Amino acid sequence: MPKTPVADLIAGPVAPGVKKRNPIIVVDGVSRRFGGLTAVDVEHVEIPANAITALIGPNGAGKTTFFNLLTGFDQPNSGSWTFQGRDIGGVPAYRVARRGMVRTFQLTKALGLMTVMDNMLLGATKQPGENMLRALFRPTWRGREDEIREKAVDLLTRFKLDAKADDYAASLSGGQRKLLEMARALMSSPDLVMLDEPMAGVNPALTQSLLGHILDLKEQGMTVLFVEHDMHVVREIADWVIVMAEGRVVAEGAPDTVMSDPAVVDAYLGAHHDTDLGTLSGQLEVAKDMESDLVRHDLEEEAVADGR
Amino acid sequence: MNLNFVWLALGEALSPTTAAYALATIGLVVHFGFTGLLNFGQAGFMAVGGYAFAITTLKLDWPAPFAFLATIAAATLFALILGIPTLRLRADYLAIVTIAAAEIIRLSVKTAELTEITGGATGLNGAGRVFNELNPIPEGRYGFGVLTYTADQLWLRVFGWALVLLACLIVYLLIRSPWGRVIKGIREDEDAVRSLGKNVFAYKMQALIFGGILGGLAGALFILPRSLQPDNYGTQLTFFLYTIMLLGGATTVFGPVIGSMIFWVVLSLSDGLLSLGINSGILPLTTTQQGPIRFIIVGVALALLVVFRPQGLLGNKKEVFFNA
Ligand SMILES: Nc1ncnc2c1ncn2[C@@H]1O[C@H](COP(=O)(O)OP(=O)(O)OP(=O)(O)O)[C@@H](O)[C@H]1O
Ligand SMILES: [Mg+2]
Repeated sequence: MPKTPVADLIAGPVAPGVKKRNPIIVVDGVSRRFGGLTAVDVEHVEIPANAITALIGPNGAGKTTFFNLLTGFDQPNSGSWTFQGRDIGGVPAYRVARRGMVRTFQLTKALGLMTVMDNMLLGATKQPGENMLRALFRPTWRGREDEIREKAVDLLTRFKLDAKADDYAASLSGGQRKLLEMARALMSSPDLVMLDEPMAGVNPALTQSLLGHILDLKEQGMTVLFVEHDMHVVREIADWVIVMAEGRVVAEGAPDTVMSDPAVVDAYLGAHHDTDLGTLSGQLEVAKDMESDLVRHDLEEEAVADGR
Repeated sequence: MNLNFVWLALGEALSPTTAAYALATIGLVVHFGFTGLLNFGQAGFMAVGGYAFAITTLKLDWPAPFAFLATIAAATLFALILGIPTLRLRADYLAIVTIAAAEIIRLSVKTAELTEITGGATGLNGAGRVFNELNPIPEGRYGFGVLTYTADQLWLRVFGWALVLLACLIVYLLIRSPWGRVIKGIREDEDAVRSLGKNVFAYKMQALIFGGILGGLAGALFILPRSLQPDNYGTQLTFFLYTIMLLGGATTVFGPVIGSMIFWVVLSLSDGLLSLGINSGILPLTTTQQGPIRFIIVGVALALLVVFRPQGLLGNKKEVFFNA
């Protein structure tokens, strides 16, 4: 799956909050405060449809909180947003999911006391047997059960979990749970998949195949929004990158240019300043993390000037 | 030596009281075992059911079938009142509210203003007579030895256990259905289930109502062989039900039945053995100490059980979700 050209995504000059040609989500003035701390304060942002968008930013930038707000797991202090043109601010989380916007969690929520297969089946929609009265009459839901079981086997095979189908999910490794959670989210064939750090804890070999799956989703017409700290991953699959810092969207852009944006440099260095960055070498470390040539260049110059 | 008490103890296994406890515990398994709802007021559901049945039969002269419908309606209403404010909150809120609500029921039926309807502290007597009007079994004596029953006693046992088996069947079907899958998911992590598009609040409400109805029917069954006494519905009753549930297995369908039978047989057997020991002078105890000691035995047995077999007698160890 080739990357979508930037020109096909945006309708205006590259800047934070830039309009998209075909947005699936449009956010306006969303803020969330925890006591005195403003965790999210997004003026305007649009997520392009049928593309892979990465949401990046330093720890505590508000990415997870932003996910929680969009999916109805948390309520904002102000703001509104639409999904596929419909206002979904204040809509309960389960309805958001039913409308085709499914998320995974940073702290994996595999259901350990159920089998891997049951986890998968739970992700399916339109199972009449989930109605209490119909549940008593097996013939009314057996047909659908067979259908979704087939789909589950299919997905489990793709995610290399088919051998584990009858094991309790508690027996899976951390990385396997991430895979299960992602596969489970796909059971409902959503329009938008929101993944909160899907690669965390997944080994490099599996990361590659996971990236393949995410590209597949795009090919099938889905939209992906994911939070990720690993810039290699972002560069490899993202069509578009949104950078958050201290609750705000500070930059947007194509994956190979956005890291040189001065606002991004500020965001990452600013975020590291009060912690581990007493030394220039520490800053270089961060620069390496970010793979930002611009910062490295700046810092190296500074180092030379200091005569170190 | 008179060993009749052994037979009587075994007869306890099929007594209507055992059936009532089993039924109430099945309700608790739906709440706690399958949905993870911390209901510490199942005694309250039993009280609501018992009063609904007794008041409609004795004060309103309703025939028993309608009184059973009233029991179901009252338990449903009680579940709604408890559930609507608490089921959106953390699990502990339901625990606090149910334990308090059960006590409120027990204490308020005793107030002087309600004595006309509820019978005050002495309760209500005679609901069983109305129920026996339905008895299709011809007059006579049934059984053998000390386990001989009148037609009414037999009818009550047949009816009670039929109700228990019906409840088991429904729970069995529900738990193996997609509905049961959602419920078990909620027990473990509500947010995960919510993120998959399930209306968690509605499911928890359905489970609370269903388990509450079983508790209410158990309350009605419980007063058929005896009079209704408000003080039978203290928190102690709820904890006996928890004992039975843990004994049989909190996540099993038939655990409550086995648990209730063992609970009552052991209570009755230990009673018989203790009086044998006391009367023959082997045990240095008085007959007034006998009652509490039975419960000490049950308590010790339960503690051992939870340590060595937390899944209960019938449960699956991999499904144990509480840490003993
Ligand atoms: N429930 C909460 N109560 C109080 N503060 C919170 C709560 N949730 C998040 N925060 C605060 O909001 C800020 C943003 O947190 P959030 O989890 O959204 O960060 P993040 O961008 O996902 O970080 P990471 O990359 O480390 O996951 C943090 O400062 C955090 O301490
Ligand atoms: Mg986060």
